[in-house]
Amino acid sequence: MLANLTDKQRRELVRIAVALVLFGVCMAMPFDALFGESALLVSFVAFLVPYLVAGYDVLLRAVRNIGHGQLFDENFLMSVATIGAFALALLPDTDAHFAEGAAVMLFYQVGEWFQDYAVDRSRRSIADLMDIAPEIAHVRRDGGFEDVDPDEVEVGEELLVKPGERIPIDGVVVDGGSQLDTAALTGESVPRVVESGAEVYSGSINLVSPLVIRTAKAFEDSMVSRILELVEDATDNKARTESFITRFCRYYTPVVVFGALAIAVLPPLLAGLPWGEWIERGLIFLVVSCPCALVISVPLSFFGGIGGASRQGILVKGSNFLEALSKVDAIAFDKTGTLTNGTFNVVAVHAEEGMDDDLLLSIAAHAEAYSNHPIALSVKEAYSGVIDEERIRDVREEAGHGVRAVVDEHVVYVGNDKLMAAGEVPFHECHLTGTILHVSLDGRYIGHLVIADVVKDDAGQAIAQIHASGVRHTVMLTGDREEVAAAVAAELGVDEYHAQLLPQDKVAQVERLIDEGQKLAFVGDGINDAPVLARADVGIAMGAIGSDAAIEAADVVLMNDRPTDIALAIRIARKTMRIVWQNIVFALGVKFAILGLAVAGIATMWLAVFGDVGVAAIAILNAMRAMR
Amino acid sequence: MTKTYKAEIGCADCAAKMEDAIAKLDGVEKIRVNFMTQKVKLTADDARFDSIVDEAERIARRIEPEFALAR
Repeated sequence: MLANLTDKQRRELVRIAVALVLFGVCMAMPFDALFGESALLVSFVAFLVPYLVAGYDVLLRAVRNIGHGQLFDENFLMSVATIGAFALALLPDTDAHFAEGAAVMLFYQVGEWFQDYAVDRSRRSIADLMDIAPEIAHVRRDGGFEDVDPDEVEVGEELLVKPGERIPIDGVVVDGGSQLDTAALTGESVPRVVESGAEVYSGSINLVSPLVIRTAKAFEDSMVSRILELVEDATDNKARTESFITRFCRYYTPVVVFGALAIAVLPPLLAGLPWGEWIERGLIFLVVSCPCALVISVPLSFFGGIGGASRQGILVKGSNFLEALSKVDAIAFDKTGTLTNGTFNVVAVHAEEGMDDDLLLSIAAHAEAYSNHPIALSVKEAYSGVIDEERIRDVREEAGHGVRAVVDEHVVYVGNDKLMAAGEVPFHECHLTGTILHVSLDGRYIGHLVIADVVKDDAGQAIAQIHASGVRHTVMLTGDREEVAAAVAAELGVDEYHAQLLPQDKVAQVERLIDEGQKLAFVGDGINDAPVLARADVGIAMGAIGSDAAIEAADVVLMNDRPTDIALAIRIARKTMRIVWQNIVFALGVKFAILGLAVAGIATMWLAVFGDVGVAAIAILNAMRAMR
Repeated sequence: MTKTYKAEIGCADCAAKMEDAIAKLDGVEKIRVNFMTQKVKLTADDARFDSIVDEAERIARRIEPEFALAR
């Protein structure tokens, strides 16, 4: 642990340790027994040594800052509090408080050191997280590969990426095949197989064999640069809680300082109470007047939450969005491409009596051989055999209804119910939802195929997790047909759905939900739904890797195409906010308690030191949990 | 014009104070002094950018005397 210290931290640590030892010696010294009459003076000088060793820089800075008009600066406040503690001995009938004076300075420095160390550490672990930008690109120039800074590579140049290296710039594979580890971008641990023609993104690690890629973008527009920029800028968008704390602290310190002054001066002056006692109470006020615990731990928690999320492939564009996400009580989803794969698949093959399922599929696939309609493509995709074009002739598209072809000298019709009805073929409906593709052979009905968009594997689990995380209401919005929407909604357990919506209808639905007073997140693919993403309280784009538009449009970007990441993002947001509020309540609670006890005369300077340093340390440790 | 500088910022409270003070400068459109990332991002009038940066640095030094923009 100590190996990671900076030089400055190490020097400070030594100084604090020396001061601590000296302080211990002073505490153990029986001044009264040894020095009798002059014990007070000797102990004053003795405690001054650890005090100055620990705090000379604080005193210097305090003097300098007064010159700059920085009156409520923590150095100044600490100096006043500690000098005051030493000076109490000058008052008649007052016990000496040298030990407290030295201790306050010493532990203040321990606290400062710890803060510095903790913040530095979390800053570094986020930097490590973000250390995914390669520094060198091997670019093909003059017949060979030369090493250049990725910045200098032009769009369209060819790069060599060796196994073990990160891809520096987004591009397309032109030579070689390999597997990529995209964990740094997506949090996904399963390697992605790529071959010639595949699009690849910077930041992925080439695992197996060399690849040559042609760059499609400049370095600064590549995925890795964009992610880094986004996460770094994220802390610029402050959450409401954060701004509130900053504003609160601006008033807290002056109020407490004037309170200290009033406590120290008024009771003795007005009521003739003993000066020493009330000045001590005022000094205790000063010790807890610095709101350091809050000013550091709140942004640190947000920083940690955003950094931790990005490790999972979840990019949150600001502390404000993390805060908003934690408060979401309704989520609206786009269906196609978000909850479903967005591609058509043959989900069932129902052959009539006396007909074989495989043969039915083979006949349909041959009839559809020349069509590029998405439905035809899905039929060919489902057919495992090879299409023999010799067997097909006289193919004719029946506009909007299907296709007619002669396969193996038999007349085949493949299409919807209207096509069957037109040919007076007796067909029957299917109990499944989807697009039904009927097939007839020489005027005889031989069965049908069911084609549907398939729900993503983890979509149902995602909805359940989202409900479990405290989101009350889930809504599915789709342009698809009513019965398809109903089936998907029922399968996934979505609370509400609206089908056959045009893009502007989706915006209207989202506005209605917001008008009902719900904090609404909208999840879409980020490409066709930019207006809806913008309108929702939190716009979430899914499967955004490689899509600039989606990254641009959304507030929260899920690099993966995994619906469960929505629930994960909400959990991270809630955890972060929980930590933030724990720290606010804890830090202020302790400080106000100490202020109250100080007025009552119960608090000591020792307690006040804990109230300042201990609270800051605990709050920072708590804030660091947000990262994990 | 917007530029980002690295800087050593000692405390979160000071960062907030610097931000407030620099924001009041004439010609400054946007200023962010980020304690967590130790970066200063300044958007200001193109024509006077250099003198604004100098002035911002001077203001920040009043709050943290060791402050310096890496440029």
